[in-house]
Amino acid sequence: MRHLLLSLLMLLAAPACAQDLAQVLDANRAQIEQPSRQTIAPVIEALAAAGPQAGAVLEAWADRRLGLADGRFVIVQGDEAVDAVTGAAVRGEVRVLRPNSGVRGIIGAALVQFQLSDPDPSRRAAALDAIARRSDETHLAALRAAGNDPDPALAVRKARLERLLTIRFDPDPQARVDAIEAFSGDTGADLQAVLNPLLATTRIAAPTIPGQANVAAELIPGDDIPQDEAYRLLVEAGLAPARLAPDAQKQALSAHIVEGTVGGVPVAELSDPARRDTAYDALAEVGLVPPAATAAEAEAALSGHRFADIYAEPNAQITDAARRALNAMALRQGAQQTADLALDALSLASIYFLAAIGLAITFGVMGVINMAHGEFIMMGAYTGYVVQTLIAGRTLSLIVALPAAFIVTFLAGVVLYRLVIRHLVKRPLETLLATFGLSIALQQIAKNIFGTQARPLTAPAWLEGSVGFGEIVSISTIRVAIFVLALMFLGLFLWIMNRTRLGLEVRAVTQNPGMAASMGINPDRIAMLTFGLGSGIAGIAGVAIGLFAKVTSELGSDYIVQSFMTVVVGGVGNIWGTLAGAALIGGLQKGIEVINPANTLAAQTWMILLIIIFIQFRPRGIMPTRGRAAEA
Amino acid sequence: MPAALKGKQKMRARTILCGAGLTLALSGAACAQEDTIRIGVLHSLSGTMAISETTLKDTVLMLVDQQNAKGGVLGRKIEAVVVDPASDWPLFAEKARELISVQGVDAIFGCWTSVSRKSVLPVVEELNGLLFYPVQYEGEESSRNVIYTGAAPNQQAIPAVDYMMNELGVESWALLGTDYVYPRTTNTILEAYLKGKGVGQADIFVNYTPFGHSDWSKIVADVAALGKEGKKVGVVSTINGDANVGFYKELGAAGISADDIPVMAFSVGEEELSGLDTANLVGHLAAWNYFQTAESPANETFVAEWTARMGEDRVTNDPMEATMLGFNLWVQAVEKAGSTETDAVLAAIGGLEVPNLTGGTARVLPNHHLTKPVLIGEIREDGQFDIVSQTEPVAGDAWTDHLPESAVLDADWPGKDCGMWNTQTNSCVQRQSNY
Amino acid sequence: MLIRKHPSVLVFLALLAVFTLAVTLMSEAYGSGVVPTSTVKTLGKTLCLALAAVAMDLVWGYAGILSLGHMAFFALGGYMIGMWLMYARTGEIVAATLASSPVPPTAEELRQGITGQIFGVVGSTDLPLTWSIAGSLPMQLLLVLAVPGLLAFLFGWLAFRSRVNGVYLSILTQAMTLALSLWLFQNDNGFRGNNGLSGLQNIPGLSHVPQSVISIWFLWASALLLAGGYLLATWLTAGKFGSVIRAIRDDETRVRFLGYPVEGYKLTVFTISAMICAAAGALYYPQAGIINPAELAPIASVYLAVWVAIGGRGRLYGAVIGAVVVSLLSSWFTGGRAPALDLGFYRIDWVNWWQVLLGLGFVAVTLFAPRGLSSLVDALAGLRPPRRRGADLGPDAGALREKEAEA
Repeated sequence: MRHLLLSLLMLLAAPACAQDLAQVLDANRAQIEQPSRQTIAPVIEALAAAGPQAGAVLEAWADRRLGLADGRFVIVQGDEAVDAVTGAAVRGEVRVLRPNSGVRGIIGAALVQFQLSDPDPSRRAAALDAIARRSDETHLAALRAAGNDPDPALAVRKARLERLLTIRFDPDPQARVDAIEAFSGDTGADLQAVLNPLLATTRIAAPTIPGQANVAAELIPGDDIPQDEAYRLLVEAGLAPARLAPDAQKQALSAHIVEGTVGGVPVAELSDPARRDTAYDALAEVGLVPPAATAAEAEAALSGHRFADIYAEPNAQITDAARRALNAMALRQGAQQTADLALDALSLASIYFLAAIGLAITFGVMGVINMAHGEFIMMGAYTGYVVQTLIAGRTLSLIVALPAAFIVTFLAGVVLYRLVIRHLVKRPLETLLATFGLSIALQQIAKNIFGTQARPLTAPAWLEGSVGFGEIVSISTIRVAIFVLALMFLGLFLWIMNRTRLGLEVRAVTQNPGMAASMGINPDRIAMLTFGLGSGIAGIAGVAIGLFAKVTSELGSDYIVQSFMTVVVGGVGNIWGTLAGAALIGGLQKGIEVINPANTLAAQTWMILLIIIFIQFRPRGIMPTRGRAAEA
Repeated sequence: MPAALKGKQKMRARTILCGAGLTLALSGAACAQEDTIRIGVLHSLSGTMAISETTLKDTVLMLVDQQNAKGGVLGRKIEAVVVDPASDWPLFAEKARELISVQGVDAIFGCWTSVSRKSVLPVVEELNGLLFYPVQYEGEESSRNVIYTGAAPNQQAIPAVDYMMNELGVESWALLGTDYVYPRTTNTILEAYLKGKGVGQADIFVNYTPFGHSDWSKIVADVAALGKEGKKVGVVSTINGDANVGFYKELGAAGISADDIPVMAFSVGEEELSGLDTANLVGHLAAWNYFQTAESPANETFVAEWTARMGEDRVTNDPMEATMLGFNLWVQAVEKAGSTETDAVLAAIGGLEVPNLTGGTARVLPNHHLTKPVLIGEIREDGQFDIVSQTEPVAGDAWTDHLPESAVLDADWPGKDCGMWNTQTNSCVQRQSNY
Repeated sequence: MLIRKHPSVLVFLALLAVFTLAVTLMSEAYGSGVVPTSTVKTLGKTLCLALAAVAMDLVWGYAGILSLGHMAFFALGGYMIGMWLMYARTGEIVAATLASSPVPPTAEELRQGITGQIFGVVGSTDLPLTWSIAGSLPMQLLLVLAVPGLLAFLFGWLAFRSRVNGVYLSILTQAMTLALSLWLFQNDNGFRGNNGLSGLQNIPGLSHVPQSVISIWFLWASALLLAGGYLLATWLTAGKFGSVIRAIRDDETRVRFLGYPVEGYKLTVFTISAMICAAAGALYYPQAGIINPAELAPIASVYLAVWVAIGGRGRLYGAVIGAVVVSLLSSWFTGGRAPALDLGFYRIDWVNWWQVLLGLGFVAVTLFAPRGLSSLVDALAGLRPPRRRGADLGPDAGALREKEAEA
């Protein structure tokens, strides 16, 4: 509504301009309806120049509120529409124009002049955003003209942008150098985005390097660039003849077959490359084909020319300053990247830990292999999804989903224990297979119930976004939450095991079931509860994993092998071992990803391979259980 | 094998099947309707690909029901034989053989992944079957026995990249894909294409992740870091299926909006978005030949029929349109040929036109691909797309012009009876497909 | 001698021969044509799977090593033969194309052409080093046994040496097959990534022979190989060697204390079993037509264990029965030909519910019939475990040694 008033006010103030606006709109109707980034710029300029109320039109256009009704341009405000030029209310079907984001960027840049001094801080911020995304020389002047911003945060941004634009557009080289040096100690991505283009180079080959060129580095063929590459540059610059390609040779030969021979060589012998060369040379001698460049000639051409990388920026002062600034950044940036990587690894480790902690209980404490563990994770995730469809508020639904997932998977675990696992005690390999059968069945049942599409499980708003430390080091909030959750479970596990009656009994049963039974503990009940607890935690892990990834029936099987490896690598029966295992696996995976960033798959492969080798040397894991219990 | 003999064998197989069926007290109905026309539906209903393929099975069944309501084809009802290759690639070949030689189907509608198509190819070529393949793919193939109703790279990838370059001003490219052949080949073509447009090697970042990848934080950070070069960064995503969910979530969490780094996806459609909270994705892009929001009467009818059959919350997508085009083309070709024999149908299908759902027509080209318009859509809050660009129908090119070795190749079945014709030497490289 | 001691072998071989003959006589190529080619291929493949199950039974049922990575060997065998099939077949096509040029091709051009055809689809132009002997059938046949054998030997040597056993070993083998499958998935490694090797059913040099005939040849080959593998496995398990490995299964420590080199025995049986698996795979994939890394997914190996368990482990014929019954049932249920079950309120489509049935059926077999389907055979043969009147079976209640010892 405020926009409407604004445009109405402007309309009253300047009736003469309204005429202009109407003319510009009409003259460029087709362009405005189907704008293309490459051709729209003049139209937008014309519009922007068509008086102050054009700002409202441009703004509406960028926000996809500008439409057409009965051939007139209208601005849509909620359910109403007003004529873009006269401001009169318009009835009827409105077809809203949908400029693409490239066009919107140009509109945003053009709007800067209207918005930079706007009383509304959010629009001033929008103007700064627009400049940050796409800037030209006019913005530098506009920024300087706009003066200081009353809002302190915006004032800081404005000053920074002004200095960045100075580096790029100021006509005075010294001002640019000063601006670069004023940033010393800064590692911002926006600064790098300004500095790096200054250091862009082109590679040239020439008889001599032009005197006025700002040379980045001279290149010596064979040392700095491969010989072939250098020769290719020469050929491209038209300074040397192209080498004879095998295909061209073959074509030349087949064009000169005379009575079954080429240059005296029988055709049948031409399957030998050496014979082909002989035939070609024979043809060249007679003058039927152009002679091929010999190795010596190529060598001479290379040594007769010079190769260099030349800066596009002609001023050496500026390139030097930019390079110094970037070099100074490199170290700090490296440290920050390492920190960011460590954070990533920590996050991955906490996810693996969360997925594996339930397993560490059932497998580690009870020695029961539950291959359906992954499906319990999946069950938890689906529980979260169902709760979210029933309860609208995301925070509330999450609060309900966590215990609900625990209860559902706890019960599932208890049922599984009573029906299957109890009968297979002491037959661990068969437990493994039976639970595997169950996992096949559960996966398919989930498919039959929920369908095969991934289901949404959305985090509440306060878990969206990311936590950042500086420009580079940042991590999404949901991952932090998972980390916290993992820590909580570690604490919970330790508390249950060391401070509760249940934990005492569990430890007793683990150490010596016979003796525990004779002391009045029901080993069967304890085992059942432990199994339920492990499964319940898997369910909660499912909700967490579903929040940051996806909910599908295959969710669990994606994690099962890694979970087992976490437990095995860490050492069975020791929660700290599981923690160490998760840290090792997460760290390894991220570490390898850095070495080969183009191929995540390779990282996973090598990670598994390293773990296999690791287990050869520490077959009982990082923290093995010692003493008699180890043999049980 | 002479056609007459083949027919006889089909009959015999049918009789055996009925015999076996009756001893098992199966429904006799299938056997009684001897004069139905059978088509095969070869889409995974279980396993990893079920997520995408089940929808296409339902689409074919809907189309069959509609056609039967109109009286079928050649006065006979159509009967769809549904099998489940279970996302298991060798099983695709086995089931295809079974469909053609045991069930005696006249056409197969099926396959999604390239590897499943490559698995089926030798079988349909050997048994002279007919496959309608409804998914966008990497090209570099043209088989006599396959009609490709999805997009070739020049009908999706190249126009999409052009759009990003021209309309969004992207200068630095991140090609992210799932590690399999479609992203690999598409990215190879795109790299060649971008370099041809003057983009340097340093401005192209390529990354491949496994199927179902969920740990995206590092890759998203890598992409964001590309912005340090001071060039506008754009992502071309050939990330497949579920993995997209985590990718977009991470992108949203990192606070990267479509205005900063636009993502152009080739494998994200309405179906995939229905599993996502789209709030963070608004403004990101997808390139297809069809969007549910396309404004045409034909599309409105199609969407209405689909939701009436499958439920209000179900969406339509590009491979569904391609399936529909394939089915309608097959019906027309059969009517025109007056027969369901593969050779007759293939002879009749060349040059046929059917209306597509975006308002134009799809024509069968000599290389067994279709003409298709290229649409670019921006993701909306409701999981649908705003169509921001639509081209005239583009002719599908089986062999891309942007790789030197395939630029010289051409496919022309009616004219040269060859799917791999070398235009330099004017000879047929091979008549069978390359699998 | 072997047969007199184990009459079941004779029965098995006779049944196999009768089966093969019957299929041949009903095939399209050599008989009435009642059995279509696709079924012949399925049956041929099933025989290969049965052999893989025998190999699995050898390590698990007899030596107590639950390997959850045996399909890795099976698939590796397939990859090795697939390399030759692909290279040689493409070579024929390329040679024919190049022959149209007036100048005869150089060896390098031929290689380039083949590389372009095989690897062009995955965007590579160089022939990987691993393919340098792909043109030679004898070499690749050697690799079929050598590569998986060596892998099994290395893996086993490392694992058994450091006394990794039981569940740990199972998970380690699973990790091995996962790592291998991820490695093969990468396009850069020269095995065509997810596309795998395809068109394997077209045998080089036999393009004029119809598939109906080739499928029968492969059926014969599979039957022969199964017979050979079965005999080998019987021979291994029958003698002293067999006694020792069964003893290792039942109490490894005790055998070690008795002075047997336990690791050597385990390594031998593991490697032999891997090689049998690989041979089966080398015959399986030309019938399947395509091989890709999904074949090595951990789940495939677990299925192998499931077959053996359902069939009855510790009995070679049990493994065969399990593999044949489950894989054929699987094929029937997913083929869409199984009639849907209408419960009135819900319609059970087997395409959707087969996996559930398989999974739960498997749990039931593990719980109630640890000896699997072969217990039916035993019942017919009048074999019964001795009545122990509740007495303990031995030091480990989980061991089924006495029941299994008779096989």
